[in-house]
Amino acid sequence: MPNMNPKKTPIPEQEPNVRNKNFEEVSLGYTEAMAKEEAERCLHCKNQPCVSGCPVGVHIPDFIRHISEGDMEGAYQTIKLTNSLPAVCGRVCPQENQCEHNCVRGIKGEPVGIGRLERFAADWHIKNGKDEEFHAEHNGHKVAVIGAGPAGLTCAGDLAAKGYSVTVFEALHAAGGVLMYGIPQFRLPKEIVQKEIDALKQKGVEIKTDMVIGKVFSVDELFDMGYEAVFVGTGAGLPSFMNIPGESLVGVYSANEFLTRVNLMKAYKPEYDTPMIEPKRVAVVGGGNVAMDAARTSLRLGAEQVHIVYRRAEEQMPARREEVHHAKEEGVEFNLLCNPVAIHGDKDGKVESIECIRMELGEADASGRRKPVPVEGSNFKIPVDCVVMAIGNSPNPLIRTTTEGLEANQRGCIIVNEETMRTSREGVYAAGDAVSGAATVILAMGGGKDAARSIDRYIQSKQ
Amino acid sequence: MFSIIEKRKLNDSMTLMVVDAPYIAKKAKAGQFIILRVNEYGERIPLTIADYDREKGTVTIIYQIVGKTTILLDQLKVGDAILDFIGPLGKASELEGYHKAAVVGGGAGCAIAYPQAKALHQLGAKVDMIAGFRNKDIIILEDEMRAASDSLTVMTDDGSNGNQGFVTDALKKRIEEGADYDLVVAIGPLVMMRAVCNLTKEYGIKTIVSMNPIMIDGTGMCGGCRLTVGGKTKFACVDGPDFDGHEVDFDETIKRSRTYAEMEKKAAHDYKCHLMESVENA
Repeated sequence: MPNMNPKKTPIPEQEPNVRNKNFEEVSLGYTEAMAKEEAERCLHCKNQPCVSGCPVGVHIPDFIRHISEGDMEGAYQTIKLTNSLPAVCGRVCPQENQCEHNCVRGIKGEPVGIGRLERFAADWHIKNGKDEEFHAEHNGHKVAVIGAGPAGLTCAGDLAAKGYSVTVFEALHAAGGVLMYGIPQFRLPKEIVQKEIDALKQKGVEIKTDMVIGKVFSVDELFDMGYEAVFVGTGAGLPSFMNIPGESLVGVYSANEFLTRVNLMKAYKPEYDTPMIEPKRVAVVGGGNVAMDAARTSLRLGAEQVHIVYRRAEEQMPARREEVHHAKEEGVEFNLLCNPVAIHGDKDGKVESIECIRMELGEADASGRRKPVPVEGSNFKIPVDCVVMAIGNSPNPLIRTTTEGLEANQRGCIIVNEETMRTSREGVYAAGDAVSGAATVILAMGGGKDAARSIDRYIQSKQ
Repeated sequence: MFSIIEKRKLNDSMTLMVVDAPYIAKKAKAGQFIILRVNEYGERIPLTIADYDREKGTVTIIYQIVGKTTILLDQLKVGDAILDFIGPLGKASELEGYHKAAVVGGGAGCAIAYPQAKALHQLGAKVDMIAGFRNKDIIILEDEMRAASDSLTVMTDDGSNGNQGFVTDALKKRIEEGADYDLVVAIGPLVMMRAVCNLTKEYGIKTIVSMNPIMIDGTGMCGGCRLTVGGKTKFACVDGPDFDGHEVDFDETIKRSRTYAEMEKKAAHDYKCHLMESVENA
């Protein structure tokens, strides 16, 4: 008999007032007993709507069955068939819009905690399982992957499994992309990302860090070096600013800089050399996951007051519900329907306050979202010593400006055939945020997977 | 890992290092820079490519020992390796089409200014080089600068080399004497570049400066190095580091450059104390 409890089995978490002062992971994960209990809530529907909600098509009811039978390694191996980074996805996917959104149990109660179970299986494997060195038989073909983020790593992993010799070129000194520099430790421990990357290396994926493609080699030179296809997974790492007065004051950061210093460079740990200011009052501008990450990071750096400043209403926030909930629990204050118009500083050029104007929701625009319009004369100031701009990123222009014939749209996103991920250049494929603009980890992985399939077909068809 | 092939002390606080980095050496152009990280716990710092040898596959950097990271870097010996060495980054300098140029270097900035003089000279311009130092004991690269230019003037703040004054004094004198420059290149501390730009603006001489703001990634993903040029926000790591000096908001850049001053001072102090302790305990 399935477990007919309408609610998900609760997952243990650190207390809000404890965790907002440390960088340890917030969610502690299921125990074996909890995982089994939750696994038993799955009805094993015939048509498996959950699977169609997963961008990489994880065999969800199958892996959950393994958990309910106590075969944890079997569960992990089942996930691994289609997902290169399960410990990551179980933690950071917006399941409420994907697999769990489609779960039949969600109609009358809460859906099955698919993400939590995926995470459990992956963590179990990291703790108890063994990654055997496995090399698929080499098929004699070479593929280059640019960017070691979720799209590139997935594409590389899938191609290596098919026997390709794959080299991933990464500009930073560490692989992982946004998993390393963007998403904070308390949501996604870096040790876990590193383990997933190590597992890919064991499959034969070669990762070369410190390689800025477009500077050190061009895409054309990669072809000259014998790579038969190139995958571009360079993400959307170019931060946007608002172009309001005062954005160059000391204490104003892009979320990318703020998070890179803390996550990649580990500025919060005394033994690391990268400095970070110790803000007391912070305003984070934006309403996405990046804004939540920056706000919650500020608390952990010791800030006493942290404000989210967002120009629309809460229902319109693009952040995961769980992140908004966690941020509120930890003490982040939300200033909704509010837009910054200027940042003011002192004589040394340091931030003193952020001036905002209140907004109200006007007519719906073409996309159906009600457009916020400023309320004249409603300006007010919030005293802060640090402002973090988390209003979005666009693709870095380096690859498209150094690769002739690679077409991009007005927003700088590389144009691809949506099924094959093929670009306007023969042999060049692209996916992830470089194509879509800033989106999610799992969509990038799904795109990387589709590209790997097309690259395989392309190279095999040339025989 | 990037091996150190050669290391040479230029004065008490400046060192030249030749690093094995064949891919970078193959692509490097004058005006570009690298980012390096000394070790696992290290920060990423930018340094200009002072020279390169495509055949030997080496890149030369010159650094001034100013804080913890440059102290750590300076402790490495020939045969040791730098953990991360990334480049070539930034845009190459655009130096074509000039007839008569003055290249002005201030202190450590001379290490970056002299290859610019060399490049201009090779492109057919007549080049006067003006270099400034606090005193005669810290003058570096005098022979190299002389070889790279048609004339060299070395100024010292205290006059200890018999040529007292700032680089701007020498530059002003030359201009007034009718040097007829169509380009000035200024590389050095922010206050020096600002002073040069204020002077050349009066005479309407185009002036290129090489900006050195705080950087983290150096690839355009964070905007830590942003500065205002002609009223617009630019990222020095991808749009620069060279900019039209008359368009740069120096006051803002100087304030931003002091963001971590206290922490930098403390890190260097703590590290030096730590070094002293280990010396005393040895």
